[in-house]
Amino acid sequence: MNRLVFQNIFRFILLVLLQVVLLNRINFYGYLNPFVYILFILLLPFETPGWLLLLISFVTGFTIDIFSGTPGLHTAATLLAGFARPTVIKLVGERDEYNASMYPSLHNMGLKWFMTYTFILVFLHHAVLNFLDVFSFAEFFRTLLRIIISTIFTVLFIILIEYIFVSRKEKR
Amino acid sequence: MRNILAFIVRFHFLLLFILLEVVALAMLVNSTYFQQSAILNTGNAITGKFYTSASNITGYLKLRRTNELLSIENAILRQGSDISFLKSDTNTFWKNDTLYRQQYNYIVARVIHNTVGKRNNYIMLDKGRRFGVEKDMAVITPNGVAGTVVSVSENFAWVMSVLNKHTRISARIRKNDQMGTVVWNGVNPSVGTLNDIPAHVKLSRGDTIVTSGFSNIFPAGLMMGTINDFRVEQGEHFYIIPFSFSVDFNSLDYVYIVRNLMKDEQEELKKTTEAQANE
Repeated sequence: MNRLVFQNIFRFILLVLLQVVLLNRINFYGYLNPFVYILFILLLPFETPGWLLLLISFVTGFTIDIFSGTPGLHTAATLLAGFARPTVIKLVGERDEYNASMYPSLHNMGLKWFMTYTFILVFLHHAVLNFLDVFSFAEFFRTLLRIIISTIFTVLFIILIEYIFVSRKEKR
Repeated sequence: MRNILAFIVRFHFLLLFILLEVVALAMLVNSTYFQQSAILNTGNAITGKFYTSASNITGYLKLRRTNELLSIENAILRQGSDISFLKSDTNTFWKNDTLYRQQYNYIVARVIHNTVGKRNNYIMLDKGRRFGVEKDMAVITPNGVAGTVVSVSENFAWVMSVLNKHTRISARIRKNDQMGTVVWNGVNPSVGTLNDIPAHVKLSRGDTIVTSGFSNIFPAGLMMGTINDFRVEQGEHFYIIPFSFSVDFNSLDYVYIVRNLMKDEQEELKKTTEAQANE
């Protein structure tokens, strides 16, 4: 149990640093803006209680907000992703054989399951984030394009990170 | 009472979500106020230190370009100084203080954080209240306008970049003095839009756009960019003019913060006039 907590704190620090130091500086003609820190919410254990999931989402979003100077923006988006997570897990289909400490990683759930799960939540997160940032539907299609491109890059990034960790586990 | 408790226990997930989401949205809606609040200023102090060390490293990569810009500017300044003029008669040059009173002075600052990829971009500078930086001061580069200060902490300043949804800068076309408003439509970080120029005005590509100086924030005549294209939408009376920014927002490094020494006087006058008109 303790190991699980430490593992998650370590992952939190690592992903926030990756986001703030590296990814927040990446941009491609204003359309590419991957937010990989959401992986932290995706990888929380299945058995995380609902209230804790929401509080963790809130804190994660708020941390990113402080570093990017956008109060409330990432908080609102991450919170919605945390809220939707249990529903999405049910929707994509639970596996019977998981135990309490297990979390929905690529290694545990398989590529197809993980990709569907990631794609839905990342899309939701990016959609809320971008529409709240623009705060109007006037530039609807431009915002939509921004959301889709960013989502694709975030999902690719997440799968890549997961593969690096999976291959390390198998070698052991 | 028991029913209410049971209700809360049963729907605690949804209720907590709604509560936290309302908190987040309240922060978002009040974000301009929040940027001056204590929590974000503490955040500014932490992130400021953090970005300073990151920028110390990346600063080296831009040294060459920065030096180039500075030497160009030095050359221009040298041209204007007394030593580069040959005296045309025996009279001595005087700086006449009754003709020219200083209206603006400049604080040098360094960009330690900057984005161009978002819809609303902000810049962080390494000078704050301690150096006399205040809200609503202009931020410029040797090439032109960069943004406006929106909040300051002790050592750092947050600047709303021109690349922002809320940008509205009063500008004019240099060759015919026509007044318009500069906005940014969020697509390309090197292209802005000039609105509110009447459709009867004659324009050509390459015309220069400069600040009008009507806003109390920006000095007049600062370069903003050159016209790329212009069109009038069907049934409209004003041009839509996309133009290239003269500033490359992606490579901002050293900037000047502009303090308008007569701002208080200007605003005071405006306020009293408006108060009289309302009576």
